[in-house]
Amino acid sequence: MDNKNVNGFLEFVYDFYKSMKAHEITLVYEGEITHQITKAFTSLTESNMAKEEESNSVQKKVFHVMVECLQNISKHADSSNSEDFLFAGRGIFMVSKDRDSYNVTTGNMIDNNKIPELTNMLEHINGLDKDGLKQLYKSQMKEGRLSEKGGAGLGFIDIVRKTGRKLDFHFLPINEENHFFILTSSISRTI
Amino acid sequence: MEVIKILGTDDTPNVILDTENEILEISGRSLPEDVTAFFEPILNWLDEYSEEPNEKTVFSFKLVYFNTASSKLILDILMKLEEMHEDGKDVLVKWFFPDDDEDMEEAGEEYADIVNVPFEQISYTLN
Repeated sequence: MDNKNVNGFLEFVYDFYKSMKAHEITLVYEGEITHQITKAFTSLTESNMAKEEESNSVQKKVFHVMVECLQNISKHADSSNSEDFLFAGRGIFMVSKDRDSYNVTTGNMIDNNKIPELTNMLEHINGLDKDGLKQLYKSQMKEGRLSEKGGAGLGFIDIVRKTGRKLDFHFLPINEENHFFILTSSISRTI
Repeated sequence: MEVIKILGTDDTPNVILDTENEILEISGRSLPEDVTAFFEPILNWLDEYSEEPNEKTVFSFKLVYFNTASSKLILDILMKLEEMHEDGKDVLVKWFFPDDDEDMEEAGEEYADIVNVPFEQISYTLN
């Protein structure tokens, strides 16, 4: 790196640091999500929450949500044919915290043709009350066969049931074939 | 019959399937990397066991955490026990949950609703 690039990089590092602090991001990761990564992140967050003396119930909920979100990316992030190295087959995973809640955010690339089905599913889940979610979970478990990747389609339902909050989701256009799917689940710290 | 003993880890449950000592139990945490591969030997064992079960079969679940992928496989185990029960065998499922864990208690209730098998919910205190 020449001097100009070094300075640019240092500024970037500092800005990145500031913005992580500002959003109270306790964990951010970009890359392939493996089982080892899932284990490492959940145990790291568990020990951080224990240090913060979060209640058992909050710790358990955050753990649940993290596992399901990480598994969603590892099983469903599309490894696109796109030449764009920024997005191929990877995802971003973030845990942030504010006074009232923990937020778990994932972002990954998705093929456009999967968006309608995913949107329907998420809207359907968000529209259900406690009892409706319970019924859907039970029927999915009974009827839904495990896909070859091991996803049972139960993760989203479980997150909403455990957190009692709706899923916040957006699709940002990347190119003609793909969008970037951003999903945030939040867990109240005062349960 | 062959005895299955799998020592639990931080992501896989402890499993004991021992007919001679009449212990059939799954406990701990369940979020295996490959759920299907993890539970397959257990399901196969149950298939074989159901051919010639003990006079009384008590299957205990004492889980503190399981992910949604595991929940389907737990149901598969329960459905095998249901089949045995419907075949006229004496089967009892014991579902243990930590007394402060409503979610685990509710999970037990839901399974009890889905499968037709004698089902007992038992709370205990985690230390």
